[in-house]
Amino acid sequence: MTGDPMIEVRDLRVSFGEVAAVQGVSFRVEAGESFGLVGESGSGKSTVLRALAGLNPDWTGELRVEGRAQGRRRDKGFFKSCQMVFQDPYGSLHPRHTIDRILAEPVAIHRMGDADARIERALAEVGLGSQFRYRYPHQLSGGQRQRVAIARALILEPNILLLDEPTSALDVSVQAEILNLLTRLRAERGLTYVLVSHNLAVVAHMCGRLAVMNRGRLVEELDAEALRRGEAREDYTRQLLRASRGYDRAAAEAFRDFA
Amino acid sequence: MSANPNGGSLAGWLTADTPRSRAQARLGRLYRGWQGFTRNGLAMLGLAIVLGLVLMAALAPWLAPYDPYQQDLGRRLIPPGAAHWLGTDAFGRDILSRILHGSRLTLYIVALVTVTAPIAGLAIGTVSGYFGGWVDAALMRITDIALAFPKLILALAFVSALGPGIESAIIAIAITSWPAYARIARAETLTIRHSDFIQAARLQGASSARIILGHVVPLCSSSLIVRVTLDMAGIILTAAGLGFLGLGAQPPLPEWGAMIAAGRQYVLDQWWVATMPGIAIFIVSLGFNLLGDGLRDVLDPKSR
Amino acid sequence: MTPKSMTPSDQSPLLRVENLRVAFPTPTGPFEAVRGVSFAMGREKLGIVGESGSGKSLTGRSILRLVPSPGTVTADRMEFEGEELTALPETRLRAIRGRRISMVMQDPKFSLNPVMTVGRQIAEAYRVHHRAGSGEARRRALEMLEAVRIRDPERVYGLYPHEVSGGMGQRIMIAMMLIPGPALLIADEPTSALDVTVQMQVLVILDELCGRQGMGLVFISHDLNLVASFCDRVLIMYAGRVVESCRAADLHKATHPYTRGLLDSLPRLEERRAELPVLARDPRWLEDGR
Repeated sequence: MTGDPMIEVRDLRVSFGEVAAVQGVSFRVEAGESFGLVGESGSGKSTVLRALAGLNPDWTGELRVEGRAQGRRRDKGFFKSCQMVFQDPYGSLHPRHTIDRILAEPVAIHRMGDADARIERALAEVGLGSQFRYRYPHQLSGGQRQRVAIARALILEPNILLLDEPTSALDVSVQAEILNLLTRLRAERGLTYVLVSHNLAVVAHMCGRLAVMNRGRLVEELDAEALRRGEAREDYTRQLLRASRGYDRAAAEAFRDFA
Repeated sequence: MSANPNGGSLAGWLTADTPRSRAQARLGRLYRGWQGFTRNGLAMLGLAIVLGLVLMAALAPWLAPYDPYQQDLGRRLIPPGAAHWLGTDAFGRDILSRILHGSRLTLYIVALVTVTAPIAGLAIGTVSGYFGGWVDAALMRITDIALAFPKLILALAFVSALGPGIESAIIAIAITSWPAYARIARAETLTIRHSDFIQAARLQGASSARIILGHVVPLCSSSLIVRVTLDMAGIILTAAGLGFLGLGAQPPLPEWGAMIAAGRQYVLDQWWVATMPGIAIFIVSLGFNLLGDGLRDVLDPKSR
Repeated sequence: MTPKSMTPSDQSPLLRVENLRVAFPTPTGPFEAVRGVSFAMGREKLGIVGESGSGKSLTGRSILRLVPSPGTVTADRMEFEGEELTALPETRLRAIRGRRISMVMQDPKFSLNPVMTVGRQIAEAYRVHHRAGSGEARRRALEMLEAVRIRDPERVYGLYPHEVSGGMGQRIMIAMMLIPGPALLIADEPTSALDVTVQMQVLVILDELCGRQGMGLVFISHDLNLVASFCDRVLIMYAGRVVESCRAADLHKATHPYTRGLLDSLPRLEERRAELPVLARDPRWLEDGR
């Protein structure tokens, strides 16, 4: 590694009007690492990811991607190296575009050429045959759509993939397929992942290191091994862990709110 | 799932689960829409009327039994009969021939309004909705101002400024009808502006122009097509109204509204002079309305 | 709180369903979404798990005849507190719906009337089924809000649905469904839209109300771990059939390959696995239901 982290976030703050959604979050992700952001709804985890992706211009702080400081607006080069997969595969594909058109667009925008071969290869890589190429999204299942979304993100050959709850809208058996696909692609291409999820088990499975967020702040950072052993320092993380292990009346009675 | 009845039949090819090319996918989609459309009997009637109008306009010189401009004062105001199916007017011109030729003017008005107002409205509405902020505020205030004028009065003002004539009437209609389309397009754009697929397009580095043209417009256009088709009746009536007031098509052009105006003074004794073009306007307006309703069922994603 | 019902005896089940089928017409002939589901339950927490399209939600809805319109429900038997539901006229069923059997859905936001305060909605729910003055209904509603552990019932009573959080909305929904004192609650993914900790807190309330009121609960969920830890008994559904049923605590010992496959495909907190086993679907699972 070159010493420079792939992603560096320093004192990130995001506000929506009066509401401070993210209040000073800092973390770094090394090249080739898979980093998880865990939290409940309203914790600001998705907001961090969207600010990182350049989808939300109203932030302050410092964002560096591949060593370059990022501003409010991103250039084409940024999008070529940093792509995102959304939570809802039903909403992230244009309903009137064929899979072919969806995959052809990024190739055309970045003038990469050779679109035909690229599309075929991208489909094959995510485990979809070429028979899917000219279908519309509504003719595909949720898992197949999410594969298309992953293919669309990867067709630009990025180094970083931002994953926003990529499997939470899917059935568990389909979730396993998508998680396996993501694991394989990362190994093959040396990708850097930032995975946002409310599901601790998914994050522990996919990531080496993770940060727990609550109410716009980063509660603690720990590695997945420590999480598995239950070695969380903060009470909030321990409560989250407890809740993720299934229903336990006595434990749930003792749950409290963390401000 | 993988059943692929590509075995020669056209319908099979069109409804194939796994199209092999862009064209096949697009045609298959159209075919499915067509199948839905054909199930709606009234919509098919509307389509038949509109197609009838087009055929009438195309074949008017061959269908018309007389020259629409040929005056024969000896044969004026003949009631409908064997020689003149729909009678003759005050100048002895055959009304059927004039209605047939008048369909060309009607179609001309319809076509020109269709390629101007909705496209202007679509452009303004999508830009306004997509960018928001001051762009939206500025464009929408202009739209509000345009909407605040009564349509026919504004058209009258334009026509009197531009001088009477069928082109003036069309321009007047187009200028008064775009704001409604801009509002529809803007409303549609607002609902999809924050959707994930638009965000995804931005994340690929797509320019605003590409997003508006390639992603927003296709989703707005179907509701706009429906609206335009439904408005067509109103447009024809406005054109006829301007013609009736003597501000649209000028004599001796066989414009339907102007024909009614000319028949006005005989309406009690020679009812057919004003009634026959009136019936023509009624049927064509009805046709467009029925077609619009049918298209809405097929095209409007919300009603699915 | 509940007027003791006319249950014949504790041995006879609260609800008995035999050969339940739900079919939808399609251009290529009827499609059976539920294909012969049979089960019986007492005053217990019965979980129904399955993936989307397994027919679990339709099974729950068909008990109250709430299947969306072109769908048709048939059953050899659907007996609730000794009364046959299939032959019941709609008017009689309406009296049972809400009064004796209630239903909680996934998203409270869609089930609450946005222009009425939540307190009034709960009070109305009480008055629909009981002869009571508005003062009495209000008192009952406040009691119920307290029972679902809302800290400041007086204040929450006057709130509108958009002013409450998701977790509180679901508690309010539960309060509204439980205030008539039903004998059976059908909960369709009642906590899936909630954060895990809030989810657990809502489950505590359901758990307590089941125990206190002796209520039966049909808990429909896609979350195997949750059902295993919360329910007494589980039915696993696949493609419109019950492929396996077992004690919830024994779910991890399930034998059917579908259940096993689902359990295996879940990422686990405790153990690191390089790859998750993927469920290989066997066409025979469609046939040999029990």
